[in-house]
Amino acid sequence: MVARLWQWFDARMPTVGAEWRKHASEYYAPKNFNFWYFFGSLALLVLVIQIVSGIFLTMNYKPDANLAFGSVEYIMRDVPGGWIIRYIHSTGASAFFIVVYLHMFRALLYGSHKAPRELVWIFGVLIYLTLMGEAFFGYLLPWGQMSYWGAQVIVNLFGTVPFIGPDLALWIRGDYVVSDATLNRFFALHVIAFPLVLLGLVVAHLLALHDVGSNNPDGIEIKKLKGPDGHALDGIPFHPYYTVKDLVGAIVFLGIFCFVMFFVPEMGGYFLEYNNFIPADPLKTPQHIAPVWYFTPYYSILRAVPPLFHSQFPGVMAMGIATMILFFLPWLDRSPVKSIRYRGTLYKAWLAVFVVDFLVLGYLGTEPTTVWGQFGFDAFFLDTKDVATWVARLCTVVYFLFFFLMPWYTARDKVKPVPERVVVH
Amino acid sequence: MNEHEKVNKTRRKLVVATSVVGGAASLGAAAPFVGSMWPSERARAAGAPVEVDLSRIGPGEMAVIEWRGKPVWVIRRTQEMLASLKAAESRLSDPGSKASEQPKYAENEYRSAKPDIMVMEGVCTHLGCSPQLKGPDAKGEMGGDWVGGFYCPCHGSKFDLAGRVFRGAPAPTNLKVPPYSFVADGKLVIGEDDKTKGA
Repeated sequence: MVARLWQWFDARMPTVGAEWRKHASEYYAPKNFNFWYFFGSLALLVLVIQIVSGIFLTMNYKPDANLAFGSVEYIMRDVPGGWIIRYIHSTGASAFFIVVYLHMFRALLYGSHKAPRELVWIFGVLIYLTLMGEAFFGYLLPWGQMSYWGAQVIVNLFGTVPFIGPDLALWIRGDYVVSDATLNRFFALHVIAFPLVLLGLVVAHLLALHDVGSNNPDGIEIKKLKGPDGHALDGIPFHPYYTVKDLVGAIVFLGIFCFVMFFVPEMGGYFLEYNNFIPADPLKTPQHIAPVWYFTPYYSILRAVPPLFHSQFPGVMAMGIATMILFFLPWLDRSPVKSIRYRGTLYKAWLAVFVVDFLVLGYLGTEPTTVWGQFGFDAFFLDTKDVATWVARLCTVVYFLFFFLMPWYTARDKVKPVPERVVVH
Repeated sequence: MNEHEKVNKTRRKLVVATSVVGGAASLGAAAPFVGSMWPSERARAAGAPVEVDLSRIGPGEMAVIEWRGKPVWVIRRTQEMLASLKAAESRLSDPGSKASEQPKYAENEYRSAKPDIMVMEGVCTHLGCSPQLKGPDAKGEMGGDWVGGFYCPCHGSKFDLAGRVFRGAPAPTNLKVPPYSFVADGKLVIGEDDKTKGA
């Protein structure tokens, strides 16, 4: 009965079956995927979670400066199950970035950004940037103190652009200060514009990936060796092999997700900042303000760069370049091999330093600049005596050296021979 | 004869011309959407001057007044506070306020029309946070050479009691001084220059 129904459908709309075969049941993925290959499908899962929970939040949320904060409290206290929907959405926001950061790190490990997958990587970076925008717009909506002052700072970043800056910031806000107009437009961008862009980019990311085929922990192009059936010798159909594997990953992930959601939804102030439980007050900046954890590495870079010629634009530029440089990664990496398994010590060392560096920048961004005290001595070059500022400056330099020196150290690195076939342990 | 030569040149030119016109039209169609994001007439209208009763502010005290949605600080500075301005001068990045914004009548060593009454926008010139008042007793937190002033919690900029920024802070210029004037009965008007003097 079901088979006959499918035949009827397939005869009239064969596209559905053809796409399913192309992208799932006959998409041959390398057979040696490991732990690091969970995060792509998990990112897709989180996207779905965010869209569904977001739809239900909009049913009770009010994008109005006078009502927004109260409507979020209303969702938390009076809407049946409202608290769980909001915690799903807020935990999902942080989970999204955790999964995406690990997904990007996987690329650095196995060279997934290298030819012929440059477009896959570029679409990925675009997804990452869009996600940052999406998260930023969403964070204003609860209209708490952190929402307000975070938006104030980020919008003013655009105000530092020479000549057009002040007008640009005014245009983004739609008012002379962050106000109801700003809240209303951020709501529109958060629930309609950016999710649409995000979905389009995800489709592009997957189409580009399925055209060139997936990379793997050995960094070998499996399409080079094909069996008599015309499929890669080291490939297995994505469905059912990897759908089942990813299902296991999804179950474990959802277990952790639920634990966070039920027991530590605020994550000690990292997922939901304490100051955001205070309504927005345009006249009073909170004692200590920091963005949510996923922005803090870039925030640290912004804070570390001192002003030049009475302009804070250099810091904003540094932050912008720090994200934009990701686009050039496929061309900065000159190594003849992809995977870290066959790279030399130079790349391994730089990657390790970069990971530590990124984490230190991230940590410092969550703390005030006075967190590590001040130097006990004075010197002419010490424009500030805050130890943390100087550490952040050092880390900023290392962050850029990782990228700027990459053409040199990846080309010079002693690589090992890459085997013909993937290695399965 | 190859494919390229078979192209009907006239038809190709018409296609290009139509596409260009169509492209220009779609750019034009974006104008109302982009334009709608500028401040509305209502937002533009809400910017009237505000009046402050100075008798409410005692010596050494500060009041925060909302003007155009921004915090404006009014401080009645004591003699010690005015003396602290001199003490900090060598560590400021723009002690003469040459690169900073203030009305003509505030272009002096106190950055105010009357030495004791300081009026400034409580908005950090870095990225717009509102700094906090830290008295001279906050040395433990602000460093041993602290003489009293303001500290921005966002990015750590420090200012003295005339809103002048200390070196080594991300803020590029001193805090802005808005236009203001004094009217009868010890009242201050923020947002309006003294019309009688012609500013």
